[in-house]
Amino acid sequence: MEPLTRVEGRAIPLGLKNVDTDIIIPAKWLKTISREGLGRGAFEALRAEPGNVIDDPAYAGATLLIAGDNFGCGSSREHAAWALGDMGIRVVIAPSFSDIFSGNAVKNGILPVVLPQEAVDRLLDIAREGLAISVDLEAQTVTTPYQDRFTFTLDPFRRDCLLNGLDEVGLTMARGEAIGGFEASRTAAQPWLMRGTAAA
Amino acid sequence: MASRPRTLYEKIWDAHVVETRDDGTALIYIDRHLVHEVTSPQAFEALRIAGRGVRRPELTLAVPDHNLPTTARVDAAGKPVPIADVESAAQLAALEVNAPAFGIRYIPATAKEQGIVHVVGPEQGFSLPGTTIVCGDSHTACHGGLGALAFGIGTSEVEHVLATQTLLLQQSKPMEVRVEGDLGPGVSAKDLILHIIGTIGAAGGSGYVIEYRGRVFERMTIEERLTVCNMSIEAGARAGLIAPDDVTFAYLKGRPMAPKGAEWDAAVAYWRSLHSDEGAVFAKSVTIDATTVEPSVTWGTSPEDVVAIGGRVPFPEDFADESKRVAAQKSLDYMGLVPGTPMTEVPIENVFIGSCTNSRIEDLRAAAAILKGRRKADNVRWAIVVPGSGLVKAQAEEEGLDRVFIDAGFEWREPGCSACLGMNPDKVPPGERCASTSNRNFVGRQGPGARTHLVSPAMAAAAAVTGRLADVRALV
Repeated sequence: MEPLTRVEGRAIPLGLKNVDTDIIIPAKWLKTISREGLGRGAFEALRAEPGNVIDDPAYAGATLLIAGDNFGCGSSREHAAWALGDMGIRVVIAPSFSDIFSGNAVKNGILPVVLPQEAVDRLLDIAREGLAISVDLEAQTVTTPYQDRFTFTLDPFRRDCLLNGLDEVGLTMARGEAIGGFEASRTAAQPWLMRGTAAA
Repeated sequence: MASRPRTLYEKIWDAHVVETRDDGTALIYIDRHLVHEVTSPQAFEALRIAGRGVRRPELTLAVPDHNLPTTARVDAAGKPVPIADVESAAQLAALEVNAPAFGIRYIPATAKEQGIVHVVGPEQGFSLPGTTIVCGDSHTACHGGLGALAFGIGTSEVEHVLATQTLLLQQSKPMEVRVEGDLGPGVSAKDLILHIIGTIGAAGGSGYVIEYRGRVFERMTIEERLTVCNMSIEAGARAGLIAPDDVTFAYLKGRPMAPKGAEWDAAVAYWRSLHSDEGAVFAKSVTIDATTVEPSVTWGTSPEDVVAIGGRVPFPEDFADESKRVAAQKSLDYMGLVPGTPMTEVPIENVFIGSCTNSRIEDLRAAAAILKGRRKADNVRWAIVVPGSGLVKAQAEEEGLDRVFIDAGFEWREPGCSACLGMNPDKVPPGERCASTSNRNFVGRQGPGARTHLVSPAMAAAAAVTGRLADVRALV
């Protein structure tokens, strides 16, 4: 995973609340067995509307996306994060995110930034002017050319993974001994839990 | 030392902590993992590229469901029918290869045990109380109806579970949805969960795991509890839980993958400890009066857009919050609805009975009870029933329910996710409405431009018969 420390760029001012993952990437795009190329299907229904914000040339090359409450709700499809990444989005700013989406985003090098609604409204205005917004994950700040400065927090583990581009699976595999110990005590105390499909 | 009173969620969490990192993230052991064809190919591919295996193959169960056509799977000669959609066929073929290659039990599309993962898990006794259950599908919350901590994960997490049988997680906060009193006649578990989501909102459970408490849930069957917990994610909660009890144990006893003999007794003894302690503290608590719950329908494009069937399409200006006013207007434009219209005057062209929310035998019985001796209205162009599994289908056929549906003008299909998300050929045409027993009314969910009204199975049957959204209580 590509590390993320600082992102500066234009932002797509989407602004809607409850943007679900069916909106971000409709089901017909989920038939792929690859992670690549999903940007083409991103926001398909929205992009069918004339004058939509996603295809507005004013935001071409945007690396940030700004949305309303509960961004990424609904389906657990990681394709939503893959699609945003394929569009070039590295940061999504919203007042809140769905739990599953924010986890998927971080695992794909996309930073979910939670800010209060007033801050998000202010950033939407600035984004609509086509101005660059700057996000610094080390300092956990969002800054603008108008000298706005908003601070956010991200849980330390996720921050560490993003800053260093860590492979979570590799990290956990290094804890194999602890997992083995847990499994051994389980097998002794509650053997039925470890049988799974082998019980049938 | 007396331990602090704990919620059910906290008990299950604590029993699965392998270790806690200094930053507060916990390594949580995963007891059961369900895999389907859509969210797993990239995970298996990543394992291959990294040269990693599956740590505990017997704790994962694979079954195809999302892409499968619901038309006949074998021809007259008993040969499998090829799948016309090339991409769907490739994705299904990938699971068929990946599962055995990594030592994972695979239920093929032609087996009678095949079905929607969230129907198959409980049915096979793979899903058990007190376990952690994950799947690359947000409706994994469903299994909370058995008292399991069950939640959806992304594909990177699918890979993480396959490789390590654990997940790195931050603990959620416990939330209580307490329902007082009893549901009225003709009001189902689906109506109740729609009402709950309408009350707390699509983000009302965000950051929480919900425990559903109250007499209503204790009196529910397991299938009803699965329906309630299934839609927890539509309220933003990653998981929903109902404490296991004798109803749960009776449901599980004798299922193929459930514990047997002395292990069964030991398991039940443990499961009896799985309830929130007296005095346990919930970070958030919501109380609902069951007697106020009516048969419910959705009017918009978020599952929180719920109204009683006796109500009307809302006026956007009536919402207090500006972002909700904007969202409501967008929803109404998409849905083609005029504010103030009585819901019972909304015509319906399609009816879908199925999905992991409502495709079990009791759901089919409830719909058939309304349809018996009746026929779908002429303006209902397409009505299908998609049983949740081959076993549900066989049971329904044994009871003659298939005849009731067919005589009423419904198509009787093979199991799968079907028109809940339209990944297979079952889609609602653009601009048409569907009374659907599924879980999401999102824009384009049942097909591009499709307009979904979420309802219970009995309400779907009532809509089919009257050709519009209808109060099922008038048809009983």
